[in-house]
Amino acid sequence: MRYRFWVALLAPSVALAQAASLSPEARLANLEVAVKSAQSAGDNAWMLVSAALVLMMTGPGLALFYGGLVRRKNVLGTMMHSFILMAVITVLWAIIGYSLAFGEGSPVLGDLRYLFLNNVGAAPNADYAATIPQQTYMIYQLMFAIITPALISGAFAERMKFSAMLLFTVLWALFVYFPLAHMVWGKGGLLNAFLGGKIPCFDFAGGTVVHISSGVSALVCALYLGKRKGYQSEPMKPHSIVLSVIGACLLWVGWFGFNAGSALAASALATSAFVATHFATASAVLGWLLVEWMRNGKPSVLGGISGAVAGLVAITPASGFVKPFPALLIGLVAGIVCFFMVTAVKSKFGYDDTLDAFGVHGAGGTVGALLTGVFATSAVNDSLKDASGKVLPLGLVDGVPGQVFNQAIGVAISWILAIVGTLIILKICDGLLGVRVAPDQELDGLDVSMHGEEGYNLES
Amino acid sequence: MKKIEAIIQPHKLEDVKEALKAIGIDGMTISEVRGHGRQKGHKEIYRGMEYQVDLLPKVKLEMVVPDARADEVIRTVVSSARTGKIGDGKVFVFDVAEAIRIRNDDRGEGAL
Repeated sequence: MRYRFWVALLAPSVALAQAASLSPEARLANLEVAVKSAQSAGDNAWMLVSAALVLMMTGPGLALFYGGLVRRKNVLGTMMHSFILMAVITVLWAIIGYSLAFGEGSPVLGDLRYLFLNNVGAAPNADYAATIPQQTYMIYQLMFAIITPALISGAFAERMKFSAMLLFTVLWALFVYFPLAHMVWGKGGLLNAFLGGKIPCFDFAGGTVVHISSGVSALVCALYLGKRKGYQSEPMKPHSIVLSVIGACLLWVGWFGFNAGSALAASALATSAFVATHFATASAVLGWLLVEWMRNGKPSVLGGISGAVAGLVAITPASGFVKPFPALLIGLVAGIVCFFMVTAVKSKFGYDDTLDAFGVHGAGGTVGALLTGVFATSAVNDSLKDASGKVLPLGLVDGVPGQVFNQAIGVAISWILAIVGTLIILKICDGLLGVRVAPDQELDGLDVSMHGEEGYNLES
Repeated sequence: MKKIEAIIQPHKLEDVKEALKAIGIDGMTISEVRGHGRQKGHKEIYRGMEYQVDLLPKVKLEMVVPDARADEVIRTVVSSARTGKIGDGKVFVFDVAEAIRIRNDDRGEGAL
């Protein structure tokens, strides 16, 4: 004990003595190594926390948010739609998903270089994130792949067969999510503005990849599966908005990992994305409640939390490109637009988008993607450079109106891929397994009919 | 013996219990029920979906008392549960054929 104490006390002076005996070049080299490792430690710490935060968005965040909105007999089935993906997508990602999304392949799909996570280890991948182990980048991106199909489940809640839901999700990840993630974020991807894409789109944290893809696919699911039995004739009130409030607040917190984490470093850009995310969410809450109060006479709690999610969705693509006040504006617009989507538009067309996955994620994601083209500025994000290293202007506010057009093309490609891909996959699942539960199973609820359990056994 | 069944506003339950205790009645069974008489319900809106909620939460008290005490109990329940507004509830009175204490097979008013 005493011996160790003296060693600890002497260690710095020994190091100093060693340093003095080294040449200046060697000391500089040592210093460079030390600085690099310090930066890596900081970035890696933030990215691991961010990865955990994004996983928390799916479970329990989304599971609670969606679970509270369904009827009591479907609470477990709905939570399972989120929870099971934490397992299924993880395995798929390890085998082939990461490689298809982030392997450098064609402009639309990655190759198989990272099959079975081959060569994905401690060494950074400089194309994506030069200061963190590629394994950190891999696990961080996995969390996005988990939540995206979970978002779709809002549209087919209370009536999809569990087996068909599993098959649908695996195929959807393979044929919609991985290609789209590659196009937007993968090296050489068609829409990747920073790594050689032909159509440069800005999507900081997944407005197209996550929210448009899931939201639009959700609409296709809602239309394909049809309405729930008794829709608009029987009462289908949310069974616990309390659960949904907890879930929405966990989503809000987790979203800092989603957006600020997408800086891929513990940098000033991460701070900027954090601020933009928070501001947009706040103004979206107020935007939704304001319109609701005026139209319905009362501001509802469900309206407030729905507005929060709409704001989080809309700021996602913009978060690493816009200043705080444009973020407030983006949130406000999203809150108001999504309110009308889930009230006026849904009831006009009569589709049963059960938990408004399309009305919030599809619409909010589209609003956010387009407004990113308006408000993106190199004052916030200076990573777009020409060959000589000069920082390039980004959006309309930087004097590049064409960027709004580029964003629109990115949006259109996401919509088309989501519609066509989802429709084909649903047909396949329907042919093999049948996508919808039997009418009596639907009446009993998915908890009993699919899982053999009940959510609340208060008498036991 | 009379069975007195009172459907009252949930927030008046404590007042009614206290009033009954004061006249020496402490046996009763209570259940949470939903219902409505002339009272109109209210409107709830969830993301634009409107629901007319007309079955409102009420509390049902049931107690069986000797014939001699029935009037007094009814008066006590009515006066302690009254707020004077629509929705205060109703009291129903039934004749009871028999009462049996399960523990020792006592019968009639002695079982109450």
